[in-house]
Amino acid sequence: MASKRFLYINRKAPHGTVYALESLEVVLIGAAFEQDVSLAFIDDGVYQLMRNQDTTAIGSKNFSPTYKALGDYDVSKIYVEQESLETRGLSKDDLMPLTYEDEDDDWAEKDSIHIVSGAELAEIIEQQDVILNF
Amino acid sequence: MPVLHIVNKSPYDRNSLDTCLRLARADAAILLIEDGIYAAQKNAAASDKVQHALGKHPIYALQPDLQARGINPDNMIEGISLVDYDGFVKLTTEYDKLQSWL
Amino acid sequence: MAIQINGNTYETDEEGYLVNLSDWTEELATEMAKADGAVLDENHWEVINFLRDYYEEYQIAPAVRVLTKAVGKKLGKDKGTSKYLYELFPYGPAKQACKYAGLPKPTGCV
Repeated sequence: MASKRFLYINRKAPHGTVYALESLEVVLIGAAFEQDVSLAFIDDGVYQLMRNQDTTAIGSKNFSPTYKALGDYDVSKIYVEQESLETRGLSKDDLMPLTYEDEDDDWAEKDSIHIVSGAELAEIIEQQDVILNF
Repeated sequence: MPVLHIVNKSPYDRNSLDTCLRLARADAAILLIEDGIYAAQKNAAASDKVQHALGKHPIYALQPDLQARGINPDNMIEGISLVDYDGFVKLTTEYDKLQSWL
Repeated sequence: MAIQINGNTYETDEEGYLVNLSDWTEELATEMAKADGAVLDENHWEVINFLRDYYEEYQIAPAVRVLTKAVGKKLGKDKGTSKYLYELFPYGPAKQACKYAGLPKPTGCV
């Protein structure tokens, strides 16, 4: 089976609703099928990648460390829309570092996060075979 | 009859904060909880209206919700007061009415 | 379902996975293995401890493909093979080892 290009679009903040966690679980399950997977974070979805999330005091599961495992699952194309960050007063430094090891480059550790403009993201969306929205 | 207005939605996802700010009277206070705390971030698109509202109302933000979402208190708009759960309960007793903008 | 050791009761789900991660002890792992007719040696413990560390860091039990790759990197190439892991955990490395490690069933594991 030829691999298809999958894009998961995430537009919800992480803890107020269950969308973010559901998306992450689907991505991890889907990774077993060895497709070409990309993740996009737009609008409030960019909050999912904030550093230093600590849910101890609100008593819910803190799934934010799980994003750091995406590299192990060969999910290494993570696009964050620049405009969404700016609207929220955020920059790349506010996001947790996500990396993967490049098999084709002697397992060098590389950055998975790409900050892209809306126009660049529109092009990425156009290139996909399957788009899933959360 | 002062009212405590509670906002639990992100200002970038819903218009709850806008409606709250439009309808809050002079003696009212505003409490940001859950995704509502994203309004407390400075240098953001919603910062100006929150800053403006601070001139009229005390604004509080629930600290455990900030911590859960990774918002650093240093990046909060100056003038917003942090409360913990005890502070939240205390606020609800100090105001005559609670209005939650769901 | 539940496991009883020395008068203490530990709740498990219908497949034998521990409900409360914080209940886990080495004794409990040994007891779970015994119920499957298995005896845990140092090679088993190496993988079990690896899984517990992985969960602590990432808050998930890794899929078997991820586990194999990560074990190879951490514990040596000769151990990072499905053959080695299946010999240790014949019911499936992710499933069986995660159970003994007190973790939930791996995400995406059927």
